[in-house]
Amino acid sequence: MNWLLQPLEYAFMVHGLLASIIVGILCAVMGTYVVLRGMAFLGDAMAHAILPGVAIAFLLHGNLLVGAIIAAVIIALSIGFFSKGGVVKEDTAIGILFAAALSLGVALISSIQTYAVDLSHILFGNVLGVSVSDLWLTVGLGLIVLVTVVLLYKQFLVISFDPILAATLRLPAELLRNLMLVLLALTVVVSLQTVGVGLAAAMLVTPAATAYLLTRRLAPMMLVSAAIGAVSSLVGLYLSYYLNIVSGSAIVLTATGIFLLVFLFHPNRGVLWKRK
Amino acid sequence: MDTYPESPARLDVDNISVGYNGTSVLQNITFQIPHGARVAVVGPNGAGKSTLFKTLVGLLPLREGKIFIHGLSLGHHMDCVAYVPQREEVDWRFPVTVQDVVMMGRFGHQNWLQRPGRADREVVEKSLRQMGMEERTDRSISDLSGGQQQRVFLARALAQEPHIFLMDEPFTGVDATTQEATLALLDHLRRQHVTVLISTHDLNLAASRFDSVLLLNRRVIAFAEPKLVFTPENLSRAFGSQMLKLPDGMVLVDECCPPEDEHAHDEAHK
Repeated sequence: MNWLLQPLEYAFMVHGLLASIIVGILCAVMGTYVVLRGMAFLGDAMAHAILPGVAIAFLLHGNLLVGAIIAAVIIALSIGFFSKGGVVKEDTAIGILFAAALSLGVALISSIQTYAVDLSHILFGNVLGVSVSDLWLTVGLGLIVLVTVVLLYKQFLVISFDPILAATLRLPAELLRNLMLVLLALTVVVSLQTVGVGLAAAMLVTPAATAYLLTRRLAPMMLVSAAIGAVSSLVGLYLSYYLNIVSGSAIVLTATGIFLLVFLFHPNRGVLWKRK
Repeated sequence: MDTYPESPARLDVDNISVGYNGTSVLQNITFQIPHGARVAVVGPNGAGKSTLFKTLVGLLPLREGKIFIHGLSLGHHMDCVAYVPQREEVDWRFPVTVQDVVMMGRFGHQNWLQRPGRADREVVEKSLRQMGMEERTDRSISDLSGGQQQRVFLARALAQEPHIFLMDEPFTGVDATTQEATLALLDHLRRQHVTVLISTHDLNLAASRFDSVLLLNRRVIAFAEPKLVFTPENLSRAFGSQMLKLPDGMVLVDECCPPEDEHAHDEAHK
């Protein structure tokens, strides 16, 4: 048992662990919609697009997370704006904005003297550098996202499954879609600390894709996905501690390992569940 | 049809025109459907049958004209119209069960944050029983046959407790059980005085089972009792124009094929 407890003697490990688990759960829950609505590219783009916000916050000596939030929300709403009414296809709008924001971010970061270290933290996460205030911000944003997902479960279900019914029921589909993009943006921002922009998309997609193979309803899919996300974060962080590898990679590889196990041993989707 | 109150008509379509990005699909459509009537919407592929239905539920904007339901313009009745789309338009791999899908029909009767209650569950159960799907409430929709999937969507529309019930091609490519269940549903809806509009390629069915037929090809060709609508002259006006539009030769009156043409339009609009 000692090997389990020993890392927790360090405050930074406890903070990192808590942040990782919250991020794991959050990404996994929002990831359910990412997988079902085919928004994987969007999640990836969003992660890269917050780079300029982080860079500007760094240059101004502000909080990096706050910079990221502002950038992410601007990007989320811009994607909605450009693709509204089908003038530009959504994935095209994402591609344009993502490339522009990433370029701007890299340009800004390259002007920072000590960019090598900071850039790697942004790209791959720096879970051991999570401060107490970062942790509180993570908890706060996490609660906002989860409470919204629970309260608007019905509405998000209908706009994702059947946009025609949503329109028939006069649901404000445009508003709900933008809200979903903002929630996704907040989730990506939070995951910046643990897995970085490079790997945030994996945390959105992999646990949810695994849960999709194991469940047949949306709510259980979210719960299973959240459990896989949390376990991946926990196991991944311990792996990174003992094997001395980057925590973001360890977390994502753990999630991928779980996916492979499930994929291989349940090739027929939901075999285990149909048997009851 | 004199037995139904004529004013206000349940559905009053007043000179509407609808189109997608530049092309016009429906032009100057005008008709009134009284309380509880059963109408078959018939016309060639690309005549605008699906477009008409989507317009009636408020999915497509009107270029001109007005739609009134109970004398009030569209939008005043949140869930008064139920629409059963063609099966190809639904993502059948989405993780929902039969019961989940039918329960969505109740959302229009609930507040935004309200959870389904006992009354909602009873309506869902009754709707599933009407469509003969009560044994499969916990099945995943991806496990169902095409006909069963259709019945689930009919049950959902029924659970909406609509005043106007729109079905897009419910008889195309389904098994005999589903066809029977759908016809039984029509009789059930008749007893409930629900107005029903069905698009179909089955002209014999349209002639035998419906109070009136709306023969459509971008415009209203005819709208009356079946025997007045199905004249050689009307049919050639409706289906003949399709033949003229296609450059690669002749086309028969199509009675079987799903309207690919209309799908292409719908994709563009999503």
